[in-house]
Amino acid sequence: MSKKRKIFEKKKILIVDDSEINRSLLSDMLSDEYEILEAENGMEASAILHDREQEIALVLLDIMMPVMDGFEMLVIMNKNGWIKDIPVIMISAENVPSYVDRAYDLGVQDYISRPFDERTVRRRVINTIILFTKQKELSHMVTNQILEKENDNKLMIEILSNIVEFRNGESGLHVLHIRMLTELILKWLIKKKLYRISPEDVSLVCNASSLHDIGKISIPPEILNKPGRLTDEEYEIMKEHASEGAKILSNIPFRENEPLIRLGFQICRWHHERYDGRGYPDGLEGDEIPIAAQVVALADVYDALTSKRVYKDAYSHEKAVDMILNGECGVFNPLLMDCLRDVAPTLKEELRVRSEGKKMQEEVIDAVEKMVEKGELDVSDRTLKLLERERVKYQFFAELSQEIQFEYTVSPEILILSEWGANYLSMPETIMNPRKDSFGTEVFTQNDFEHLLNMLEKTTPEEPVVEQKYLLNINGQERWSKVIARSMWGSWEPPEYTGAIGKIVDIHEDMEKMNHLEVMAAHDSLTGLLNHKAAKSQIIARMAEDEEKKFLLLVFDLDHFKLANDTYGHLFGDEVLKFVSEKLRRNTRAVDIVARMGGDEFLIFMPYKDSMEPQVKRIFELLSTKYEKFPISVSMGIACAKDCDGTYDSLFHMADEALYEVKRSGRNNYCFYHK
Amino acid sequence: MTVRECYEAMGADYEDVAGRLRTDERIRKFVLKLLNDKSYDLLISSMESGNMSEAFRAAHTLKGVCQNLSVTPLYQSAAELADRLRDGQEYAEDVNPLLEQVKKDYTLAMDCIQKLA
Repeated sequence: MSKKRKIFEKKKILIVDDSEINRSLLSDMLSDEYEILEAENGMEASAILHDREQEIALVLLDIMMPVMDGFEMLVIMNKNGWIKDIPVIMISAENVPSYVDRAYDLGVQDYISRPFDERTVRRRVINTIILFTKQKELSHMVTNQILEKENDNKLMIEILSNIVEFRNGESGLHVLHIRMLTELILKWLIKKKLYRISPEDVSLVCNASSLHDIGKISIPPEILNKPGRLTDEEYEIMKEHASEGAKILSNIPFRENEPLIRLGFQICRWHHERYDGRGYPDGLEGDEIPIAAQVVALADVYDALTSKRVYKDAYSHEKAVDMILNGECGVFNPLLMDCLRDVAPTLKEELRVRSEGKKMQEEVIDAVEKMVEKGELDVSDRTLKLLERERVKYQFFAELSQEIQFEYTVSPEILILSEWGANYLSMPETIMNPRKDSFGTEVFTQNDFEHLLNMLEKTTPEEPVVEQKYLLNINGQERWSKVIARSMWGSWEPPEYTGAIGKIVDIHEDMEKMNHLEVMAAHDSLTGLLNHKAAKSQIIARMAEDEEKKFLLLVFDLDHFKLANDTYGHLFGDEVLKFVSEKLRRNTRAVDIVARMGGDEFLIFMPYKDSMEPQVKRIFELLSTKYEKFPISVSMGIACAKDCDGTYDSLFHMADEALYEVKRSGRNNYCFYHK
Repeated sequence: MTVRECYEAMGADYEDVAGRLRTDERIRKFVLKLLNDKSYDLLISSMESGNMSEAFRAAHTLKGVCQNLSVTPLYQSAAELADRLRDGQEYAEDVNPLLEQVKKDYTLAMDCIQKLA
């Protein structure tokens, strides 16, 4: 048996029919040659395709099915592009012409009518698979040839521009930088829907950008590489490189209509024009200058500023952007200035990463090409092998990490759990309609799950990651869990939200610890009352949420407390403090905030309705008592939140002043703050 | 009872099924599965509860299965019923004789297939 046969093993056929008899009948006819997967309806089939699209060689599809019928399934196969890679044969008992037509319109390859005849079924299946495989191989061959040609083209352009740079004493990086910058700016223009640029134009303009300085080939080297300033005369000669470059391109016989030549001409000739009409060689003004040339001109200036030249050092990224924006380096289209402002923060990083990334990428391509040269793998085998390797890797790490990992797709709405996650939750790996399933209603509360999906939907391809804590119900137990997920986007323009991947990590113990620590940090260890800091933040929150501000702040300390410590010892002093605290705790309401500020100083923050004095008096009298031999009394200052400027500090200051008033007038009393 | 005798007793087309499925062993295997097929029960219960679209789907499935196994009389009566119920048609008196025919054909077919078991 050939090597290829081993890689593929048996081809897989997916049979989608709601009748078990029909499925097993077909399976019986085909299972000696093929591996059979079965699905009862379109939904199940979509889930299988989503997971194993690469493996399936053919789908046999019934139309009339519950949950999701064959037509809906075909729509989904079209939407996800599966219909291009997987042939479908209809097996419906329905032979009404309108049904058959609709099926063909939706991309069905063939139609097997009932009753099933073994020879017909086998023959049709084999024919369809062979036809499709051939088609795929052909399209791979064509794609490869196109790729090869495109690569050659790009290579030629790079060689050409490198010759110019070499002569100019520059490294080949200038051309690379221009390409990157040009791409970045063009993509921004696409995003803003300006100048009607298509993604194909981007690669063309980038290629053409490499040609911008080819005219320098005709500039004498003494001028081109002169270390000092050029004389006016020399500068005039230097300026000729723009029109010279354009001339070189327009002199290529019979090619003047090639888009690359056309764009190259524009870029060469007009990349030194200025938006205000004061550039060269033609003095074009505003949008008379083709946008491709405007973009490359900006890229050229930025790169010239940030590169070291014989006559100057490299400016920093920030300095270069400032200089351009301040109009020190020519006049540009105001739109492009907006663009530069927008992309500036990412520009620096982008340049660095891409310069390094390029090298990596080339190494990878090299390695792959070597494999292809040896003829060990054709393209589809290689793709499959890579996929398989990724899958094994993914599964291994998923299992190792002991986290619930998931994959979510929007259409059809399916959630796929990692094997470990599914076991842990005692749920199936594939969950259809997760919003309606117990996953979205019990494991998550319905609100939380909607919240998560909403958050994901609101992400952008640039910032796809969300993170959120939820209290989940895991096998009947409430557990704090952290969900980290990343939205996934289609590769087409503009990118469309297609789903998400993510994981759920149990953080219950950590949360408990945190909560405990928070409680500890907020409370006074001796008396168990809040400490001043915690009380302060609670009071600030309460004052902020109440318009009327009918609150009192009571600040007090125990009279002659030092005496208790000195006479009966510190342990006794602590007893007194605990006694007072307990009394306060018992005699205040849940809406009151009671705290020990330190030493023998306490505060109470309480709302009031009509009169203030009775409740103050009650607290005061409550504290006129004794503990064992020690008589207790307090000095208390009170302030109304209404009288202060709304800040805690001023409220506290007022109460504190009232307290000192009491102390000055002989203690054991209370006093409201008054101006 | 042989498979051929069973088919003859049902008034079904043995030659046709043998031509397509090729061995008696295979025909027996699948025709026996009819005993456990749920579409008839679903048809009856859907008719009773008045769920006409579900009844249509069930009749349709029954028709498809019988067609594959050349259980001709049941295939024909199920097909006629399915056509009557197609496209969300309302229930009316004329459905009853069609349903009765399906019931009759189904009972006969099951009786014969039982004997194969």
